[in-house]
Amino acid sequence: MKILTGNDLKTGAVIWWTGVGWSLDVNESADVGEHGAALVAREEGAQHAVAAYVVDGEKTAEGIRPAHIKERIRALGPTVRLDLTPKASDPAAADWVI
Amino acid sequence: MYKYDEYDQQMVDTRVAEFRDQVRRRLAGDLTEDQFKPLRLQNGLYLQLHAYMLRVAVPYGTLNSAQMTLLGDIADKYDRGYGHFTTRQNIQYNWIKLEDTPDILAELAKVEMHAIQTSGNCIRNISSDQFAGAAADEIVDPRPYAELLRQWSSFHPEFLVLPRKFKIAVIASETDRAAMRLHDIGIKMVKNDAGEIGAQFYAGGGMGRTPMIAPLIREFVPLDQLITFSEACLRVYNRYGRRDNKYKARIKILVHELGRDEYVRQVEEEFAHLLTQPIEPPLAELERIKAHFTAPAYETAASDDLDLTDPDFRLWVERNTHAHKQAGYVIATVSLKPVGGIPGDATADQIRLMAQLAKDYSFDELRVTHAQNIVFPHVRKADLYTVWQALDEAGLATANLDTVGDIIACPGLDYCSLANARSIPVAQKISERFGSAQRQAEIGELKLKISGCINACGHHHAGHIGILGVDKKGLENYQLLFGGSEGADTSLAKIIGPGFTEDGVVDAIEKATEVYLANKEGEERFLDTYRRIGMDPFKEAIYG
Repeated sequence: MKILTGNDLKTGAVIWWTGVGWSLDVNESADVGEHGAALVAREEGAQHAVAAYVVDGEKTAEGIRPAHIKERIRALGPTVRLDLTPKASDPAAADWVI
Repeated sequence: MYKYDEYDQQMVDTRVAEFRDQVRRRLAGDLTEDQFKPLRLQNGLYLQLHAYMLRVAVPYGTLNSAQMTLLGDIADKYDRGYGHFTTRQNIQYNWIKLEDTPDILAELAKVEMHAIQTSGNCIRNISSDQFAGAAADEIVDPRPYAELLRQWSSFHPEFLVLPRKFKIAVIASETDRAAMRLHDIGIKMVKNDAGEIGAQFYAGGGMGRTPMIAPLIREFVPLDQLITFSEACLRVYNRYGRRDNKYKARIKILVHELGRDEYVRQVEEEFAHLLTQPIEPPLAELERIKAHFTAPAYETAASDDLDLTDPDFRLWVERNTHAHKQAGYVIATVSLKPVGGIPGDATADQIRLMAQLAKDYSFDELRVTHAQNIVFPHVRKADLYTVWQALDEAGLATANLDTVGDIIACPGLDYCSLANARSIPVAQKISERFGSAQRQAEIGELKLKISGCINACGHHHAGHIGILGVDKKGLENYQLLFGGSEGADTSLAKIIGPGFTEDGVVDAIEKATEVYLANKEGEERFLDTYRRIGMDPFKEAIYG
């Protein structure tokens, strides 16, 4: 699947396109198929997201996971500061990054 | 230390107001990201892997306690309770909101700080010896010259759009503690046969994907020509540095391709031309700046005695303090490399504690080192145990300076959008593997530096042992390099062979230290033994 990510213009937070808006949770990502470039143009133009781009992802039993480690780290947060991740209370949060 | 005059303050305040308006227009949709990006970068604001990152300049690594306190407060108020001290003697915050940035810059301006020229193809923050003004071996305090260069290079209209970024370091000791020859321009303050102070210039050094050691380009530049000669060096680069290929745009490529002699010829020609034009600031300006860097009011009868009965304190003194030019005082380095910690990170509370200790015990001064540590430059020996106890309580008394535990590491793929591999977890594993004080003492000085990509922010080319993280078909892989040095004996490390996994590279380093210890003669450091016996015994042990 193709998923769309970027950063929130105001806060800089990593965000994922859900099909109707943006989420902080990669698991809410929608498959944008061939519409990624058009969505990037529209959303950046609307000042919602900055530096948006499409990445490969896959649906797994645990949820949606970006294919490349760089995007998996973006989705999780720094692997060396799990207290700062979106799932800080989950002790296994980092397991799926590597 | 230097205090802003009305012009300095006005320049910084004006820039804050300007950026506040630019941010307002960006958030209102009046500026696109393409229009805004160069503006935010000129104010040190990057968009990194997780969020905006703000890089704050620490000119020549010098801070007072009010500035350091504010750096801690910003970490709490606007970030996530910590900051990251960098290999350019700056501090970075990793979780900044765009809408907060003008307020942060306004707060920084109140303590004479900013983030200007911490990004972009301009002359960056001038770095220097972290022991400046305190080192027993310095000819002069290099900071007034660094400050003069800072003033010259700030908003210099001709050099705001160079072919590529430009880094300058200034030192004034035989011992190079600033990796001077690995800068675009390295300046060493020297004394000539007549006893006059001047500047020795090196140009065309750097790390990155094409590491080069800067050659000497002039033995002696008189003080009343310092800026003029610097201008000539920059002009030739600005005129002929490549703008068609960013990977070949640094001055090191120009100097290499022209050849040192031809670059020097062109610089001297430009210099002769510039001497006909009155661009050099009057020496009175240098004297005005120097007056800000007079020695603190040392206690003249301060005792040289130190009670070393506490073994932990003794170890820290042996490892983390250096001789001071003033009897009864020492230079104390706070390692930001606790066992298993993140190199260069400090919490807001730790930052404020170091500020308070500097205020109470180091004449209000701190320094940031390019090795990502903090220095109290002027501590009375009689106060040292008190300082150490306070550091120890805060987890800041790790006694590992210049050992295998004192690792330089860039933020790597955990934070940086340019990185190919993570640096910090590797540093943490090495730090833990070699965590015991006994092990570190046995191995002695071993400078280990890790970069998460070829840009070499972690200075891997200059490590006695360097590690370079690469992306190998989507997996992190680590190349190992041996034989680098950043000191007076500057050398570039060489790749030893095929790369390793994260755990594999830690094992390889352990094997390398075993080879060193088995072959060490006398007081040889790892680097000395490597240089004497060569790479083969290490390769044999590591690859079998």
